[in-house]
Amino acid sequence: MDQDRRGAGDVVVSARDLRIWYGTERGPVRAVDGVSFEVRAGETLGLVGESGCGKSTLGRGLLGLLPDGAKMDGSLEYQGRDVLAMPTSRRAGLRGTDLAMIFQEPLTRLNPLMRISEHFEEALRTHLSGLDRPQARQRALAILRRIGIPPTRYRSYPHEFSGGMRQRLMIALALVLEPAFVVADEPTTALDVLVEAQIIALLADLRQQIDTALLLITHNLGIVAEACDRVAVMYAGEVVEIGAAREVFRSPQHPYTRELLRSTISLTTTGLNYIPGAPPDLVSPPSGCRFHPRCPDAMRVCPARAPRLRPTPVGSQASCWLHQGGGDVTDVDREPLEREEISSAEEA
Amino acid sequence: MPRRPESGDPGTLIDVEDVSVHFELRGSSLARLLGRDTGSVRAVDGVSLRLRTGEVLGLVGESGSGKTTLGRALLGLVQPTGGHIRFDGEDIVGLNERALRRMRTRLQMVFQDPNAALNPAMTLVEQVGHPLLIHKLVRRPELRRHVAEAFERVGLAPAEQFLDKYPSDLSGGQKQRAVLARAIITGPTLLVADEPISMLDMSVRAKILQLMVDLKESLNLTYVYITHDLASAKFFCDRVAIMYLGRVVEIGPTAAIFADPKHPYTKALLAAIPDLDPDRSVPKDLPRGEIPDAAAPPSGCAFHPRCPAAFEVCGWERPDLRALLERHWASVPPDDYDRERRIVGDIAGLDEPGGPALLTPGSGSTAVAVGDLVDRLRSDTPDDPFWSGVAAVRNADAGVEVDFCDGEDPRLRRCGDVDVACHLY
Repeated sequence: MDQDRRGAGDVVVSARDLRIWYGTERGPVRAVDGVSFEVRAGETLGLVGESGCGKSTLGRGLLGLLPDGAKMDGSLEYQGRDVLAMPTSRRAGLRGTDLAMIFQEPLTRLNPLMRISEHFEEALRTHLSGLDRPQARQRALAILRRIGIPPTRYRSYPHEFSGGMRQRLMIALALVLEPAFVVADEPTTALDVLVEAQIIALLADLRQQIDTALLLITHNLGIVAEACDRVAVMYAGEVVEIGAAREVFRSPQHPYTRELLRSTISLTTTGLNYIPGAPPDLVSPPSGCRFHPRCPDAMRVCPARAPRLRPTPVGSQASCWLHQGGGDVTDVDREPLEREEISSAEEA
Repeated sequence: MPRRPESGDPGTLIDVEDVSVHFELRGSSLARLLGRDTGSVRAVDGVSLRLRTGEVLGLVGESGSGKTTLGRALLGLVQPTGGHIRFDGEDIVGLNERALRRMRTRLQMVFQDPNAALNPAMTLVEQVGHPLLIHKLVRRPELRRHVAEAFERVGLAPAEQFLDKYPSDLSGGQKQRAVLARAIITGPTLLVADEPISMLDMSVRAKILQLMVDLKESLNLTYVYITHDLASAKFFCDRVAIMYLGRVVEIGPTAAIFADPKHPYTKALLAAIPDLDPDRSVPKDLPRGEIPDAAAPPSGCAFHPRCPAAFEVCGWERPDLRALLERHWASVPPDDYDRERRIVGDIAGLDEPGGPALLTPGSGSTAVAVGDLVDRLRSDTPDDPFWSGVAAVRNADAGVEVDFCDGEDPRLRRCGDVDVACHLY
């Protein structure tokens, strides 16, 4: 396990060897394939990777929001309780009070015919019986104040708010019941640059004030660097690197993490870098390390055997043969992999 | 066609002069029957700029800044309500559809969402080759060869593998390559690219941007690059125009703007970019609020309600007082809000632009109590730029009257290597 705990609280969510798959005509898609991690109270874990690597599926799976036909296996504990062994009704009962989700597009998640006050009062009074309307209003106004929404707008309708305000409302609605674990799936992707920065600053403030464990799913590595304590990098359904955000960004250990960072266009970009090829089809992923067809450091061992997550010298964990020495890997194994050029037909 | 030999710089490809695009608001049917003015949205409001051949000009701004509308106006896809756009000396404002169609082989657009830009029911060879047939540039038997050539140029190779496919068979990056192929197939001079990479995955963005750089060099293209992403604009553009609410607030060479941003809005945009370096903390002094409604833009400088550096002449008015009250109430406990809200009466009157503002007492409250609240606000937030625009606070019979300093609309002025529209310069 990684050493960096930053004085975080108790483990809220713990996943061990979690698998999620769903059937298609071509066979099962293994969207999440043997993922293990934990999130502690007051901690923000960033989940990054290209589209189609399984991050959203994982986020929904953690909250039990998978579509019909998707199957989940492995072990998932919420505050020490085995979630997968629970009857569906008890799992559903956890949502709202214990687990919550912040979605990407707030306008589609708010009821256009309900005032903001009604959204809050419904959420509060559904989950907390015995709360009367003035008490519900007090709690709603208290969270709106933290989120920066003036109380004069409490009786407004969703369409009367700007995009950034709506996303603030979504965050307030998710947090008003003080859940112990929140999944935010691309919460700023639909927003403008300045509003995005406002929301990131807000999430960073909130994580210090509220003892919530937050899983922040994003494709924007800059957001992870600014708002997350730890980061998990997913590729083709697997976590290939996990550790303190600071260490992972300063010295990425998995070649995928490194190339992903290098391909990001930032203000200091002077030349364009990119990862050749595209993420694999999860019906039949490549053998061994799934990144080997695109990896500039691929060795002969990589297509033959799958590496496991192992501690790296900088404190993170990475699943890459470069970091697994000893008797596991012979000198022959370490010879560079000879392979065909990636044809541009496979290029994204 | 009216030529303009005096357009000066021989390298000027596009000369935009005081272009406005205003959209009429529909309003109620009664208002339309009575012929009342229902107002308009000034999507683009008096923009002038020049684009030289071979240049990459960035139009940068948030949504609602008018950058997309301006880009579409450059291609004649939106008719400007005022001004001139001269393409190679020929004014395209007011041209009829026939004349515009003739020009469109030289003017092409790349859209943001490749899923929406491609027809899901047409094969790639059909839709990418379509412009060639429409403009009668190529006969049908030669179509396949021309499309294959364009595909090879944009990296959809070997082309034979792609020609008969449908968009749904392609990845996001490949779709955008197909959109680029369709844009270059008529041999255009100018490409307006509207957020061409923002819908794509991080790892694909660099590939498509590299392709655009390559196409520019091999086909000698001129680009207008519309984006909200300053990082890619910095890498890709020769010059950048920062837009806010239909106006250009700062324009100049990319290097000058990024080295020394002048306008407070440009500074804010730069500070807001999430940094890959985890040692850099979240900037705390972000401009508050969001881009306002273009149907009712703030008076004076449109950025003043959000600007940390605003002062007397920036155009303070009634809605700014309402915003100040709401910021205050969002910061106090609910009980304090309930008490203070009863002191003042209806605040809907503060939504009307202009000044002075009148704060009336609520029922059971007095003008003196309103005056005390305003004093308290002032002592709580002495550094708020709002107060610099307040000329006087008067106790009147009906309540408290707040007088504002006269505002002025800043014009683009030369400042060093750039032009900036801000009263600070």
